[in-house]
Amino acid sequence: MKILTEHINTPGIETFDVYRKKGGYTAVEKAIKTMGPDAVVEEVKKSGVRGRGGAGFPMGMKWSFLAKPEGVPRYLVCNADESEPGTFKDHYLMKNIPHLLIEGMIISSYALGANKSFIYVRGELMYVIHILEKAIEEAKAAGFLGKNILGSGYDLELIVQPGGGAYICGEETALLESLEGKRGNPRNKPPFPAVKGLYQCPTVVNNVESIATTSWIINNGGEAYAAIGIGKSTGTKLISASGHINKPGVYEIDLGVSCDEFLNSDEYCGGVRKGHYLKAVVAGGSSVPIVPGHLFLKTANGEDRLMSYESLSDGGFATGTMLGSGGFIVFDETACIVRNTWNFARFYEHESCGQCSPCREGTGWMQKVLNRIEHGKGSMHDIDLLVDISKKIEGNTICPLGDAAAWPVASAIRHFRDEFEWHIKEPIAATRPGAVYMKESVLV
Amino acid sequence: MENTAPQLFKVTIDGVEVEVPPGTTILQAARKIGPEVAPPAMCYYEPLKGSGGKCRACLVKVSAGSAKDPRPMPKLVASCITPIQDGMVVENYTNPQVVDARKSVVEFLLINHPLDCPICDQAGECHLQDFSYEHGVGTTRYEEDRRTFEKEDIGPYIQLHMTRCILCYRCVYTADQITEKRVHGVMNRGDHAEISTYIGQAIDNDFSGNVIDVCPVGALTDKTYRFKNRVWFSKPVDAHCDCEKCSGKVQLWYRGDEVIRVTARKNEWGEVKEFICNTCRFERKQTSEWTIEGPTKVSRASVISANKYGKNLVTKPDFALKLAESQYKKIDDDRPYLHEMSEIQQSEDYKALMAKDEKYFGHK
Repeated sequence: MKILTEHINTPGIETFDVYRKKGGYTAVEKAIKTMGPDAVVEEVKKSGVRGRGGAGFPMGMKWSFLAKPEGVPRYLVCNADESEPGTFKDHYLMKNIPHLLIEGMIISSYALGANKSFIYVRGELMYVIHILEKAIEEAKAAGFLGKNILGSGYDLELIVQPGGGAYICGEETALLESLEGKRGNPRNKPPFPAVKGLYQCPTVVNNVESIATTSWIINNGGEAYAAIGIGKSTGTKLISASGHINKPGVYEIDLGVSCDEFLNSDEYCGGVRKGHYLKAVVAGGSSVPIVPGHLFLKTANGEDRLMSYESLSDGGFATGTMLGSGGFIVFDETACIVRNTWNFARFYEHESCGQCSPCREGTGWMQKVLNRIEHGKGSMHDIDLLVDISKKIEGNTICPLGDAAAWPVASAIRHFRDEFEWHIKEPIAATRPGAVYMKESVLV
Repeated sequence: MENTAPQLFKVTIDGVEVEVPPGTTILQAARKIGPEVAPPAMCYYEPLKGSGGKCRACLVKVSAGSAKDPRPMPKLVASCITPIQDGMVVENYTNPQVVDARKSVVEFLLINHPLDCPICDQAGECHLQDFSYEHGVGTTRYEEDRRTFEKEDIGPYIQLHMTRCILCYRCVYTADQITEKRVHGVMNRGDHAEISTYIGQAIDNDFSGNVIDVCPVGALTDKTYRFKNRVWFSKPVDAHCDCEKCSGKVQLWYRGDEVIRVTARKNEWGEVKEFICNTCRFERKQTSEWTIEGPTKVSRASVISANKYGKNLVTKPDFALKLAESQYKKIDDDRPYLHEMSEIQQSEDYKALMAKDEKYFGHK
């Protein structure tokens, strides 16, 4: 089922006219003319759509938590600061079909009663910002934005704000700080943004993909959306597939497709590249735990794993992982897990905001220890040290970046400890260019 | 009759019950009970709005959220920013998870700290020293290079030694809330973040000196005082003056008859009571300019109270003297405080000690 990417290959879909011809902005008309804000929220609640930014929190519930005090403006902020290594779905969506996001923003803002909404795009994607701004101009000219939309008396101003290019500004409170013009440090919670967010007013922060789904939900009804998918993982999800596969790219899948099918069928990734074997998978962006191939395809109980929030996290962190933001990275047997873990750790060291001590110091420490192991200068107790540091960071930080930095390291050691030990025991062999530890039992 | 008294919330911290008004944080409630249960705080500073939550030194376990909803909180929470609920049960020193987390916070704070206490002006009144001494472990597992920075003069009176900084953000809040036109803040991210001023800008306003007082470590130091003294050789005295800019209530630090430093008065948690201006802090260093109120009360546990007020600087520390001192401190606090060896030798305690183990004090 294609919901977001149905028309994405239509030539000229980035322009208003083509988008309108393909049934665009009908959801706005339906929502504003016939439904009213509460009905829209109700419909989104019924759909059971979960936040696509990584945490997977039900979007309808998030909307219903929004405080509505009298005389205080409410804001909707779209989080387009997608910077997780391995995730590039929002970028793809925004550059190809910007009006889908604009339409979603209008519906969502209307539902929440926001008269000013923001799209916070990461600064590196300047050309996407121009595309969005052009799309907003077109929508404004057609009367879907600005004052008195469709004669309903509802005003909406949509502002595209480029970020400074910090990963941490994808964390919702850091994003709000950044949007306010301050240093992008995550805030202490509570108060949550639903009570005190942007400019201390109630705010909802949603991912691009989550907001983009609303137009389909309004057109087809929340129940129709909930019928797609499996269990509490309703609807479709964009997966950014990369790594050692035959067909990397962005795929829209019904949640609940089996992992085997997603990885190996020609409709999706097309299998691991020819002549190679599956070694490990990062299923949802760099921050989720890495799992070896056999645990990705089957759960610890021997059941088939499905691409859904529940199935991927089956087995907890011991044998499972998370769907996260859908950054699907596949490693074949030529990938060195130690090097990869070091690379991720380096990323988190660079992107930690430096506010709370466990994350600030811990990410740097882990990176340095991993660097040493990768370059053949580690010792055996370094492995336990890494596990210990990751445990000390996890859960003790202000925002989830600490957890995100700790999980990949902890899981890599959990599943690939022998590879780390090989790096320490055989430093000369391990530091040879392209040298990779081979152990057939983990290959699928 | 209607009850007009404000409703108080009952909180239990480490088994001690306390009643506090709603909106109080766990840390404040614990401080109300006393230092035995109060969590340490490296970044939280009561006079500064918005501070806290960063250092994670004050993490506590909430084992029951409230009377209505007695579920425990899943993670450790920062007590300085978490408001209490009625019937909340908090575990601080009694919870091994908390003690362990605190140990790791000490470790994290120290891995990039230079540990140059022997040459640091802050030594003796350093919060990080106290914190690591009380909650940390004696060894380190860190083998890598520590991050270092060049020393930087920010303004005519203040030197920034960024290498020592633990990024508590207190000085940033101070600069933001007490002084006008903040020119100093945090640059960069992660463990390479640094406190600095805007390029080419010096801190230049009347209350900038307060950043020295709020700094928990020796990162921001007073250039008029640098390397002049160890804090335990000086004697703090409360004094005031008529100052048109600030309250004029200060602490003078004497070494002999000389005022070597002026600071704001601090409460028992090391927090400044009233911020003072730069004129008082840096320029009024004559006793004649001040009205002396009397010696500052210093906690017995503090290294400052262990000083000899400059008298015994050259005397070799005598082991027996030290021991006798510590013994009578333990036994009874009301007894007169003896400094001179001759006095001590005449004391009952000393004689008793001598009688107890003559062999040990072999010099007799």
